[in-house]
Amino acid sequence: MKIAVCIKRVPDSETRVKIASDGKSLDEAGVKFILNPYDEFAVEEALRRKEQAGAGEVVIVSVGPAAAQETIRTALAMGADRGVLLQTDTIPADGLEIARALAAEVRDSGYDLILFGKMAIDDYNHQVGPMVAELLDLPCVTAIAHLEIGGGKGTAEREIEGGVEIVDFPLPAVLTAEKGLNEPRYPALKGIMAAKKKPLEVKPASLGAGGLEVLALTPPPQRKEGRVVGEGPAAVLELLRLLREEAKVL
Amino acid sequence: MAPKFQGVDFYNVDGLLSEEERAVRDTVRAWVDDNLMPVIAEHYVAGKFPKHLVPQMAELGLFGANLPEEYGCAGLNNVAYGLIMQELERGDSGVRSFASVQGALVMYPIHAFGSDEQKRHWLPKMASGEVIGCFGLTEPDYGSNPAGMITVAKETKGGWILNGAKMWITNGSTAQAAIVWAKTGAPDDVESIRGFIVPTDTQGFSAKDQKGKLSLRASDTSELVLQDVCVPKDALLPKSGGLKSPLMCLTQARYGIAWGAVGAALACYDEALSYAKTRVVFGKPIGGFQLQQARLAEMLTEITKAQLLCLQLGRLKDQGTVTPQQVSLAKRNNVSMATDIAREARRLLGANGILAEYQAMRHLANLESVYTYEGTHDIHTLILGQEITGLNAFN
Repeated sequence: MKIAVCIKRVPDSETRVKIASDGKSLDEAGVKFILNPYDEFAVEEALRRKEQAGAGEVVIVSVGPAAAQETIRTALAMGADRGVLLQTDTIPADGLEIARALAAEVRDSGYDLILFGKMAIDDYNHQVGPMVAELLDLPCVTAIAHLEIGGGKGTAEREIEGGVEIVDFPLPAVLTAEKGLNEPRYPALKGIMAAKKKPLEVKPASLGAGGLEVLALTPPPQRKEGRVVGEGPAAVLELLRLLREEAKVL
Repeated sequence: MAPKFQGVDFYNVDGLLSEEERAVRDTVRAWVDDNLMPVIAEHYVAGKFPKHLVPQMAELGLFGANLPEEYGCAGLNNVAYGLIMQELERGDSGVRSFASVQGALVMYPIHAFGSDEQKRHWLPKMASGEVIGCFGLTEPDYGSNPAGMITVAKETKGGWILNGAKMWITNGSTAQAAIVWAKTGAPDDVESIRGFIVPTDTQGFSAKDQKGKLSLRASDTSELVLQDVCVPKDALLPKSGGLKSPLMCLTQARYGIAWGAVGAALACYDEALSYAKTRVVFGKPIGGFQLQQARLAEMLTEITKAQLLCLQLGRLKDQGTVTPQQVSLAKRNNVSMATDIAREARRLLGANGILAEYQAMRHLANLESVYTYEGTHDIHTLILGQEITGLNAFN
């Protein structure tokens, strides 16, 4: 079982990010970066598939700055076999450019599965996985919550509104991971030490400019302060009136 | 779910750490957040060590993490080891104590003073948590003065017979193996002190939980009694000799404590800061008042100094040039500052500060033990005094 997992280095969701002086990017000073949490599910799933098959290789691929090597090594510490960084200082806003670079890297390399997180928590685009599938002309199942592999094919479950969708697909395939697909392991200390010695290839990413440009980033508007509408049973009527007439939610 | 701990790093000390050191720290930090924080308060109140976490700690590689890989250990450097202790104690001093004892006081002496067979037999089982160990040095009447110990080991044809009592033994009732220090010669012959690996199911060995602790409640502290305990010849740690051997173990443990205390201080500062920003009194958050700001500024200053102290101490240890006196200075300073910070944090939290739901008072109570064990604050003062002046003020 040969599996590629495409991962992204993203700001820690607990970090309070600041917008840089150009008004359209993040100020990275003092920001902690992590392995995109959805990609963690993908890495864990790849490791379990390899363990289940008893043999194989899990390769971590990322597009990002030099510092993304640290993110790749987190996945290597969890147990992946080797990493490839397609290095670039600026990540284009157009996910299609990322998808092209990743597709070129994983094409014709004999992967049975190409895994992604269903989205990156910094841009919420949900795009790159399906785009890579399209570029490689492979079947794609997104946001999977359960996976079975066997006999050259797979079955995945997707949680959809009000139910579960069960999807069959042939291998090779592209899958994107939903939260809850598994419980990712901690990178154990021996794994962290072993990760230092695992191969990590760094090569320049060839990326086009793409068709999208970020014009501005703005923080969400400040929430208005709450208001006490009254006390006791009388407040209920006033609250109902305000919800109906002012907030117009009733 | 409670927000994840983000660390405190005013001087970009992270920038002085290697990628692996940060990765180790982050793994343990995440594990503590996910597994220890949700259960520590109830275990503390119930006076129970969270034993169910031992297999997970072993799987992460937390036991004897700075010992070599050939014995199933992680083979980390001493800075990474220190960061593990820091993160564990950010959870609770009792849990850090467990790991300290297992690694620095049980696995270390086997590694340093044991035969190849002893190392191969015991260390992998201890790294995997299959065997828990304890360290018996302190006696009811000999705490700060271990040279006076009265536990004896008498050589017989087939091995050794041990008699004596040990007190304040972390993991004592949990352990399957005890490292027991005993005199093999005359009562005043300090050079005759040797270490023995004693399986706790040996006849004549008993451990009794020490009741009524108001500190380190999430830790097993026991009294050991050895009554004609017969062990084979190969129970002796062959390379141990004199009081120096157990003191070398204590230096290892004290090193970890210096880091651990920073963890307890980080927890208290983090809690105090978040409380100060959200608790509104007199119409504004209490963090907006000068007295609370003074508390927080003092805490941050002391934590930052202690972080740098630990890091340089760790680098010296990795270079192999660290002295026991340098370790004493760090243990003495850091535990004292952490105790002060825990107390101030508890006060800043007002009445809430006395609740187990918050961390400060648990840390404060724990740190009173940490202040006292592994060389009391006062003893470390005298160690430094002797180092500075060349004059012995112990007796």
